[in-house]
Amino acid sequence: MTQMLLTGPKEELFSDALREQMDTWIAKYPEGQAQSAVIPCLHILQDANGGWLSRGIMDALADYLDIPAISVYEVATFYTMFELEPVGKHKISVCTNISCMLCGSEKIMNHLQQKLNIKPGETTQDGQFTLKEVECLGACVGAPMMLLDRDYHEYLTPEKIDNILDGLAS
Amino acid sequence: MVNIEIDGIPLKVDPTKMIIQAADEAGIDIPRFCYHKKLSIAANCRMCLVEVDKARKPLPACSTPVSDGMKVFTDSKVAVNAQRSVMEFLLINHPLDCPICDQGGECELQDLSMGYGEGISRFTERKRAVKDKDIGPLIQTDMTRCIHCTRCVRFGQEIAGIKELGATGRGEHMEISTYVEHSLVSELSGNIIDLCPVGALTSKPFRYKARAWEMQARPSIAPHDAVGSNIELHIRKNEVMRVVPRDNEDLNESWLSDRDRFSYLGLSSEDRLSEPMIKLDNQWQVVDWQTALDKTVEGLKGVISKFGAEEVAGLISPTATLEEAYLFQKWLRGLGTDNIDHRLRQQDFTDTDVDDSLSDWQLADIDDSDAFVLLGTNIRAEQPIIAHRIRQAALAGATVSSINLFTRDLLMPVDRQMAVNSPQLVQTLAGIAKALLAAAKQEPEDWLDLLPERAPSAFEHNVALQLSNAMNATLFVGDLINHQPQASTLRSLARLVAELSDSRLVVLPSSNSNAHRLAGSMPADKGLNARHCWERALRGYVMMGFDPLLDTAQPTIVHDALRRASFVVSISSFESDWVRQYANVILPMACFAETSGTFVGIDQRKQQFAGAVAPRGDSRPGWKILRVLGNISKLKGFDYISSQDVVDEIESPLRELKRGSKTGFIPDSLNLESDLMLISEVPMYRSDSLVRHSKALQQTPESRADGFARINQKEADKRGLDPQHEVVISQDDRKVSVPLEIDNNIADGCIYLAAATSVSAQLGSLFSQVQVMKAGRE
Repeated sequence: MTQMLLTGPKEELFSDALREQMDTWIAKYPEGQAQSAVIPCLHILQDANGGWLSRGIMDALADYLDIPAISVYEVATFYTMFELEPVGKHKISVCTNISCMLCGSEKIMNHLQQKLNIKPGETTQDGQFTLKEVECLGACVGAPMMLLDRDYHEYLTPEKIDNILDGLAS
Repeated sequence: MVNIEIDGIPLKVDPTKMIIQAADEAGIDIPRFCYHKKLSIAANCRMCLVEVDKARKPLPACSTPVSDGMKVFTDSKVAVNAQRSVMEFLLINHPLDCPICDQGGECELQDLSMGYGEGISRFTERKRAVKDKDIGPLIQTDMTRCIHCTRCVRFGQEIAGIKELGATGRGEHMEISTYVEHSLVSELSGNIIDLCPVGALTSKPFRYKARAWEMQARPSIAPHDAVGSNIELHIRKNEVMRVVPRDNEDLNESWLSDRDRFSYLGLSSEDRLSEPMIKLDNQWQVVDWQTALDKTVEGLKGVISKFGAEEVAGLISPTATLEEAYLFQKWLRGLGTDNIDHRLRQQDFTDTDVDDSLSDWQLADIDDSDAFVLLGTNIRAEQPIIAHRIRQAALAGATVSSINLFTRDLLMPVDRQMAVNSPQLVQTLAGIAKALLAAAKQEPEDWLDLLPERAPSAFEHNVALQLSNAMNATLFVGDLINHQPQASTLRSLARLVAELSDSRLVVLPSSNSNAHRLAGSMPADKGLNARHCWERALRGYVMMGFDPLLDTAQPTIVHDALRRASFVVSISSFESDWVRQYANVILPMACFAETSGTFVGIDQRKQQFAGAVAPRGDSRPGWKILRVLGNISKLKGFDYISSQDVVDEIESPLRELKRGSKTGFIPDSLNLESDLMLISEVPMYRSDSLVRHSKALQQTPESRADGFARINQKEADKRGLDPQHEVVISQDDRKVSVPLEIDNNIADGCIYLAAATSVSAQLGSLFSQVQVMKAGRE
């Protein structure tokens, strides 16, 4: 996890490397429109912070982009891909929207809950997995599906899930 | 212009308008929640769906521009069906708790559901509930009632200039909140109470107090700043229950500052005076009016016959009405004294003869100005509505510079801001004048020797350029200059800069002081001004409408003068320990809302208002007290029947008013010295007795900051101060000990300590030189 500076002058916030990444996004928008870069910046910061956003990070980003803090909170609370609490090493997002539901996402969800012994929104005690129920991820053609960290897994069955997760552990 | 038809009525409208705007102008009603004429268009409530000929589905009237030949139907079957469907969705999660909702009876949702709602809900699932948020002492939230119109969010962004509320979460989980719980800090925050179309945001002090239909609305004028915002007092059983704005595009538009909205709470304070009292053998005794008035006149005549009329002074609050001001001076002049003044917080009177009042300028002219220079004014606190108007002009492209004793976020685009102490402020203004000389048509000869030799700094050049490039520039001079001991020098330089750059100079008056100039409640001839009245320690004082130690420039000098005086009368609405200690007679006066009168605003606009409730207890309107005092003093011309008679007399063409000269004052020198200067700003919610007695305003975050001395890091280091220890601020032999905060917005060479507090009342004079030490070291 990268060390981040969250208070102080704007030019020194976060770290050199993170600022450089964010600045490439900010530069894509007209002068004074840094607010437009808030989503990619949140992704960059979330990745650098072990998968979640603290309030301090959001406040510092508001300062960095020169926008009100509430404008960052609005975005971070709107999208399910932003985490506002610490998460496990791996994040499993199971789609339960219409296509996946018709193809048996309920069974998938139940299997995961039993296997990991947690409910949606919770993290396993060993800190390995966080389970989430999410809205449509645009992979209806391969329903039921889940997003494991950054990879899509489609046509899921309980066996396939066991294989995937066991593969991770080894 | 395009031709359209709404509900069969042919209209000619501006093609930039939306359907709802055209309909509003034509008086055709379209239901709406999120649309508001002063806010941007969100089009998120969908309540204003209307049928448009040739469109395949209903369109939102608030975001559909008119076009030639358009035919709109607002109450066709298609339109009404669409509106009813939207209403059904809006009511799905609404708690329908109207019987216990403060908005009941004046709720846009309730009103419209009468027309568009169903008697029975088809929604049998569980409704959602949203936790209430604490957003401060002024606004109550009941967020389950919220229909997510986002008017409050847009108000923060677009009008207040500080986005504190937002929509967090998504879909079913969306909430309007600050996310991180805190009190709103905007000085215009109360307006979201009016904007909220449902009962989600209501007035906290007004909670469960009254129903809309039980109250009567009486028009009035807000007394706390120089705008004279138009308000409506809502009265029940002879009590002001709340205050709301009345639209006036020339003044406050649809808005009201929190100070004007919540100051009414002071009316019911337990510190209100309700009976006349006299002091006998050092004991206060309640007496009838006749006795108190007789005693007043007898006491004053006693002082006059023994020591002469010039030993009597009359001081009156600038919040007093035009009529009160006029009768006050007429009565005292009748008794033979010219020691009359309303400029209680002013210390420097050397440029008194210069008349800065404006007769050809309107508040709304701010909108047309393309450059503003704010000098010594914390404009958001001093004149919130003017700050709002400047902000709107700045958003439209006007340039803004601010030079003050401290910087503050003005919540608007500001081109440059600088914090300097007084001597540097003089030098900066002189530098700007010097920079302007280069292009001046006529050189001001009297000034040439005074202006510095040095070349102007980049900052000074930039301000000079800003002013000379503008078509219509305005300079504002505020209290942080006007209350200083060097105010004349600073004002004279501001006048010079305005003259050289052909800009408009606006010296911000304190509340109703323009009325006092008109009424003549200041020395006309050889009389003493407010400062001298106290410094000379006279024998008799008449004080009207103010607290002697909180509303004056030199509290300890006032204290000494009152202690030594042989006869002191206080005509006031509120108790004051100091008055109890030193006065001989206390006459209880009716307060704002209890008396009729006239307010003269910054642009000389005269606004009359009537009394809306009966005065508290046995107190009486100020003008009536003065009328009787005039009669008991056996003076002629005090036979007024109504306050209108007084106004007629003031406006009589026979009356000669002493007018100051327009040009006039040139200081001897521009070199001031200062080691450490006290910044004695009168905080927004300490400006007068009524505001100080409004409990809700005293609980705001703005007020909580008043107890601290503030200094920047550099000055603190220089003097070995730190926030862990209290500091002792001393002036001559007077000392106060206060907690310290480091605030790098304060200029070098300055320490900030709010005026009009019980702490500042222990110091000699505002804006003076002080020494500062860590507590325990003195």
